Amino acid sequence: MSYQPTVSQLIHLADNALILGHRLSEWCGHGPALEQDIALSNIALDYVGAARNWYQLAANQINSLQDKAAFPLNAQGEATEDTLAYLRDAFDFKNFLLLELPNGDWAVTTLRLLLSASYQQLLLQQLSTNEHADVAAIAAKSLKEVTYHVRWSEDWVKRLGDGTDESHQRLQAAYHELWPYIGEFWENKLALPIDIASMQAQWLAKINQVFEASHLPQGVLPTWHQTGGTEGIHTEHLGYILAEMQFLQRAYPNAEW
Amino acid sequence: MNTTIRILRYGDYDAMQKAGSNIPATNSSNHATSTAPEWPLWEVFVRSKQGLDHKHVGSLHAADAAMAIENARDVYTRRQEGVSIWVVESKYIHASNPDEADSFYEPASDKVYRHPTFYDLPEAIKHM
Repeated sequence: MSYQPTVSQLIHLADNALILGHRLSEWCGHGPALEQDIALSNIALDYVGAARNWYQLAANQINSLQDKAAFPLNAQGEATEDTLAYLRDAFDFKNFLLLELPNGDWAVTTLRLLLSASYQQLLLQQLSTNEHADVAAIAAKSLKEVTYHVRWSEDWVKRLGDGTDESHQRLQAAYHELWPYIGEFWENKLALPIDIASMQAQWLAKINQVFEASHLPQGVLPTWHQTGGTEGIHTEHLGYILAEMQFLQRAYPNAEW
Repeated sequence: MNTTIRILRYGDYDAMQKAGSNIPATNSSNHATSTAPEWPLWEVFVRSKQGLDHKHVGSLHAADAAMAIENARDVYTRRQEGVSIWVVESKYIHASNPDEADSFYEPASDKVYRHPTFYDLPEAIKHM
């Protein structure tokens, strides 16, 4: 029987892209140098674009359901990418907790991107050969973007780790802050059609290769980790993201400009 | 302990610099932009498609060549402008002196015979 992605799986993929994209977009106009400002804004837009694709696919599935009223619908009674992004509350979001954490400093921002993009790269590699044509097509498109995100963030993590005393300390602090959140990658609670065991081994090898060049100790998968994002149990940070992101749609429903 | 707080307004910095005044140092740890001007300047050349040559498109700041290429990718090819990037640190580019333009370039202006315009080109040849 051929694979059909569930609505939850698609929304999870979309939420991951949207929330990280929104976080990165917060750097727009605040980057440490003009060139890095543009780089991060480009990356943020890649994620928002990927989110749109996944939301559209999710909306198509929802609209073919009998009980689509369980999801936010527009005035025409249809689910769209916009209703899914703007009209759901925090407990409906299924993104990893790691992605909603505040940007922190440059070390937190770049290390978070490395941890996430390295996972995304492996995930999208597997999804890009999926038998579902739309899933494979979206994954293949996003994969090219994410490959660059890995390269860009990897370079920065190495620069910080191998840079000044302060940059190294900041990277070290970022590692301690973020590492407890990586366990969610490997839960696969939504049962995506992927080989988690091989992904985990490849991911850890990749990250430790970067850590070695950054003079960080080798990372070991944590025995305990923060969890809940894919089930809608979030940190307090997500609510603030949504408050900012959804304000216009909530205050002026169906506003157009 | 008495601490003097000096409020700097737009334009103060330039005036103080000219007057040789002591400008309070910016704390580099919480003011990240202060690192950017220390990065050297790079000139960026982008080739728009296979077979064409690299054209100068602008300059940017970067700590080293790898970062310069990534920055160039993000700054100068985000609207599909290119398929290949060259960067060179600006200090390695040596330029002719504009003051010498008369002796450098004027002598060529009356030597029209140097142009290959007196040949008949076959139709099939393009890009000449």
